[in-house]
Amino acid sequence: MTHATEPDKSRQGRPAGGPSMAGTVLPLAGLALLALVPLGAPGMQLLVNLALAKGLAVAGVSVLLRAGQVSFGHALYFAVAAYAGAFLMTALPGADLALVLLAGLLGAVVAGVCVGLFVVRYRGIFFGMLNLAFSMIFWSFLEKFYHITGGADGIRLPRPAVLGMDLDRASFELVLFYLTLTLVLGLGWATIRWLASPAGQIFQTLKTNETRLEYLGVSPRRALLWGYLVSAALCGIGGALMGVTQGVVTPEYAWWIRSGEMVFIAVLGGAGSVRGAFVGALIYELVRTYASAYAGDVWQMLLGGFLLVIILFAPRGVIGMIETLAHRGEARK
Amino acid sequence: MTPTLFLLALFDGIAYAALVFIVALGLTLIFGVMRILNIAHGSLYAIGAYATVSLSGWALAMGLAPILAFPLMLVSAVLVGLLLGGPIEWLLLRRIYDKPEVLQLLVTFAVFMILEDVQRLVWGTRPYFEATALQALGNVTVLGVTYTVYQLILLPAVAAALLLGMRFFLRHTIIGKLILATTEDREAAQSIGIDADKVFLFTFIVGAALAGLGGALASPTTSILPGMGADMIVLSFAVVATAGLGQIEGAALCALMIGLGRSFAVYVWPEAATLVPYAIMVAVLSVRPQGLFGSSSARKI
Amino acid sequence: MTAPLLETRNLVIRFGGVIAANDVSLTITAGRNLAIIGPNGAGKTTFLNICTGWIKPSSGQVLFEGEDVTPLPPRAIVRKGVARAFQIPQLFTEHTALENLLIAVAARDRLRNPFMDLHRIPERDEMMHLLEMVKCADAAHRPVVELPEGQRKLVDIAVALALRPRLLLMDEPTSGVASSEKHRIMEILVEALAERKVTSVFVEHDMGIVERHAEEVAVWNAGNVQLRGTPREILDHPDVIRDVIGEAV
Repeated sequence: MTHATEPDKSRQGRPAGGPSMAGTVLPLAGLALLALVPLGAPGMQLLVNLALAKGLAVAGVSVLLRAGQVSFGHALYFAVAAYAGAFLMTALPGADLALVLLAGLLGAVVAGVCVGLFVVRYRGIFFGMLNLAFSMIFWSFLEKFYHITGGADGIRLPRPAVLGMDLDRASFELVLFYLTLTLVLGLGWATIRWLASPAGQIFQTLKTNETRLEYLGVSPRRALLWGYLVSAALCGIGGALMGVTQGVVTPEYAWWIRSGEMVFIAVLGGAGSVRGAFVGALIYELVRTYASAYAGDVWQMLLGGFLLVIILFAPRGVIGMIETLAHRGEARK
Repeated sequence: MTPTLFLLALFDGIAYAALVFIVALGLTLIFGVMRILNIAHGSLYAIGAYATVSLSGWALAMGLAPILAFPLMLVSAVLVGLLLGGPIEWLLLRRIYDKPEVLQLLVTFAVFMILEDVQRLVWGTRPYFEATALQALGNVTVLGVTYTVYQLILLPAVAAALLLGMRFFLRHTIIGKLILATTEDREAAQSIGIDADKVFLFTFIVGAALAGLGGALASPTTSILPGMGADMIVLSFAVVATAGLGQIEGAALCALMIGLGRSFAVYVWPEAATLVPYAIMVAVLSVRPQGLFGSSSARKI
Repeated sequence: MTAPLLETRNLVIRFGGVIAANDVSLTITAGRNLAIIGPNGAGKTTFLNICTGWIKPSSGQVLFEGEDVTPLPPRAIVRKGVARAFQIPQLFTEHTALENLLIAVAARDRLRNPFMDLHRIPERDEMMHLLEMVKCADAAHRPVVELPEGQRKLVDIAVALALRPRLLLMDEPTSGVASSEKHRIMEILVEALAERKVTSVFVEHDMGIVERHAEEVAVWNAGNVQLRGTPREILDHPDVIRDVIGEAV
């Protein structure tokens, strides 16, 4: 199972040396290719931007999968961050983009601490469902307390300034695109490193043996809380970016379908793989954009069916397939 | 709060609790026996409601007596159990009993996603309202408050009958004892010749039918629209978790607690009404992580 | 006089109607390895569970180096210098044997650097040696789930040793190890423990091992220490021959 579920550790098998094909070269090439999108395919720029923002949130869900936990409510952090950004823009019109993202991150982490302290007492079914319950609570708060949250219409999130400059729409979107790409690279790298670090490895032992963890002198709950905060922070940054990109935040951000979508993409990309989260998000958004015109009515059904197929027949997801191919290619060389 | 409003809130709460309990009973039965939390349970509830509306709409159009709405509810519930519950267990869940809990959750979640669209495809997004059964039983006046017989008497009676019936069934019938034996120790049960596969299939069909029955009984009291399944799975999970997973009598009490909490909130602080069930659940679980009636078991090392 | 390494005072615990510990008072002296023997169900594992805080006694106290640790959770007692190896090995099954040890070091030293690879921690070589010592070097890079039971038990002990404890509690350390290997492994272990100044308490059914590797023996029966003494005294005792050794044979 080690290599099946933890592709980022695939490096261990080989002697420490050059970067691996699947682990480093391919992701960097992919990011370089994406960087060309605004020049080569400007029509796809917005789509890729949204997909990458969602990918950050999915990476958060993937982190939890590494500890064997699934959350059906992580849209909560996505929404909390987006609304935090929107509230900030309402309170301080013309605030800087960095400030908006920071507000989103802060909101997600604070919410992560509050909910996390409660849910880390549970595993498995309870962990998944309690997260769902908390996201439903926040969703109904957004819907019902409309004098604060704008109800179902949500809140507009006007274009923030960038480093003190008010940009026109096109340049702002370009800045946002490259900022998102940079964040994907930076946060993706940091998350992979953290997962390989002592603290990250301790977090992942929750999947197999908490008794031993306790007998190593570590509190399993505290280990889970750290990972939970990492995942909430990733979801938060993703949500804040999404809010800024779309220019409006609505309760739909916290809706269970969003959470389900994140779990779906995480499993599609490769359960627990950070790289897979982004690959999965890109595939998902592309397919959805072009397929929903034909299959809008049965979209959830297709997703559900596909999810079953992956779980039952390809549990390592897309990234697993890429890795298998890459390893085969390297072996041939 | 005037006495009239108090009584109204009380009756609302009881009627609502009865419905939630019926759904939660199915959920907790399936969990207790099979150790699987069926997220698609909410969809089965919704489909039970839709099926009832369609069937009774058809019956009325054929000029049949309104009273037929009641047997048609049972028909809907049985159909949900047999046509949906059966295949779900037989084709899907059977493959994943030895898989990690998270994978099992994902599978039932996938089924949930599929069934949500099935509803939309079959019944559209237009809300339905079909209160023939509600009107057929008329009203009753209690302490100056007029309320429907359907909600005040029928629903709680059905819920109570199911609670007692389930207790009797599990403890005093052969099939019930087989189910309990399989719950206690699946391997031991198989070694003495119990067909665990059949027990699981039967349990799942009964559990699914209970969800369908909950939806069928709810259909005359509410408008039926997409999303009701998602609300119900979270709510019935709240009831079942507050009681302790697998606790049948506890679920009844918690359904009442949560139903009453919610209905009183509707009159006192309507915006917060949907939050009350979760607030109760979080409060209970903060003090007793295993639920009010659940027992914690230490791992053997 | 310094306090004993570990001391229990009047431990009582009941599971439902069964008394699993019945007024257990026992002292463990630093440097004197103690073997615990007795029939199944006598409460030997329960005793280890109580000493490490996994289950709490109904009454009585556990003192480690004179300090009352009764109310502490296992992790806090571990941090004070008590490590444990289990009857059923408790390992991270998806990690390799080496990673299990590295994670133990990371936990012991509270390593927090988020950008340092677990495999780059300085103790890596030391941990490889530890695995070699318990004859598991070939398992270093294999996920634990693939290892045979005997090897898993030894890795489990190595993990406990990686914590650098002062007291090591082992539950049937060599069960599952081939009988031809048992004595050799135990010899290596006892030597390594002495070198590291670790005192050990081990539950054991093999009287040959008890005789050769324990300084003291405690005989458990019906939730209490029935007898205590040197291996020679105990193994020649008529009650022990009748109740314990007889059953083992």
